[in-house]
Amino acid sequence: MSTERRQFTAFSRLLHWTMAAMVLTMLCIGVSMVVSLAKYHVLVSIHRPLGIAILILVVVRFVNRLLNPPPPFPATMSRVERLAATASELTMYGLMFALPLVGWGMLSAAHYPIVLYGPLHLPSILPHNAMLYAVLRKVHTILAYFFFLTFIAHFGAISFHTLVVRDRMIERMAPWSIRP
Amino acid sequence: MIGRFSLSGGQPFAADMPETVRGLALEFSLPGGELWRTAMINLPVVPASTPAAFYELVLASAPDPKTGKPDPDQMKSFLARHPESEEAMKVIKGRAVSSGFDNSPYHGLHAFRFINAAGDSIPVRWLITPEQSFEAASTASAPHDKNYLFDALVTQLQRQPLRWHLIIIIGQPGDPTHDPSIPWPEGREKVDVGTLTLDRVESDETSVATNINFDPLVLPVGIAPSDDPFLSARSAVYSQSFTRRAGETKQPGATPPAVVRKGG
Repeated sequence: MSTERRQFTAFSRLLHWTMAAMVLTMLCIGVSMVVSLAKYHVLVSIHRPLGIAILILVVVRFVNRLLNPPPPFPATMSRVERLAATASELTMYGLMFALPLVGWGMLSAAHYPIVLYGPLHLPSILPHNAMLYAVLRKVHTILAYFFFLTFIAHFGAISFHTLVVRDRMIERMAPWSIRP
Repeated sequence: MIGRFSLSGGQPFAADMPETVRGLALEFSLPGGELWRTAMINLPVVPASTPAAFYELVLASAPDPKTGKPDPDQMKSFLARHPESEEAMKVIKGRAVSSGFDNSPYHGLHAFRFINAAGDSIPVRWLITPEQSFEAASTASAPHDKNYLFDALVTQLQRQPLRWHLIIIIGQPGDPTHDPSIPWPEGREKVDVGTLTLDRVESDETSVATNINFDPLVLPVGIAPSDDPFLSARSAVYSQSFTRRAGETKQPGATPPAVVRKGG
């Protein structure tokens, strides 16, 4: 049996599951708040700081990935699957970075105050421009739906391998530690 | 400090009418980059007690496509279902309508909470009252110029600054904070906290105010929303309409820059 690491490091796994929960919460808040009157203010007040937290964590996560590369893919994955997996991971990193940044940018372009909590607010990163806001607002929605699709593909692929191929793929990222 | 005057109705080229609801929205830029926005109108109360009732009211007062006029039966049926709106409309009809934008008061309508450094909060409402002397809106049926309210405002502002006082009404325990259709009892303490001076006027087409969403929940630290459900609803609806408006190609407005430059 190879002594090679089969699992992501504990810190990588912690980041993965924390951010998975945050991102899913964000996507749900996002689609709910735009159709809610009564809860709009509460939801948008959570949406802003949570988005910025994701932006910070994805930078940490990207650095961590460079320092702690993932374990090798299991032998049950074809070359195409490996390419697809890597591409989808990169896409999700990109979206975790781009979505909050577009959100921050669109609030800046709309000349909204970018309130995180109480007096804590972020500076504006774009000039006040309504048309720019309109474009970024649309981009924000499109990227969010695209993120949801990518998440479903990711979830589907891991489930397929774990439940159908039965190669215990989930263990690579399992919150519990497995023996190498 | 920047603001935007408006007439309700959403029809940019509708003729100015004395009874049309007048609005003044303000943005205060505060130290440390905080903003306070408030969108006020010249009615003292909202003619509906909940956002759902307000929606029904909008439907009941929508013009019938056949006649081009609201159907009086729809309104009768709405008022039968919502006696509280009938009460609020009595308050609204009981006020004296002034002749122009300059001598109108503008009401913040909703209750908010003022919070001190220790975290204690008190319920408040606010309005601005004009220094310009009251003159009743003319009841004569002589037709006004189509743009007479805005033209008069431009002329006045070019002649001299216009001033209002920001009046904070301090609520007492038990005063309803959740329902903007009910006025607070007379005799509540009123504090004049400052003078608003408007000394410059710009066209819709050149002013940055055109592209500000005067969301009533853009509040600085120290002012918090009350339990009035209209606040979150207005915030949501304003965000939606602002987004739609922002993406449109701008059409020339009813007060183009040339009109503002020459003064009315």
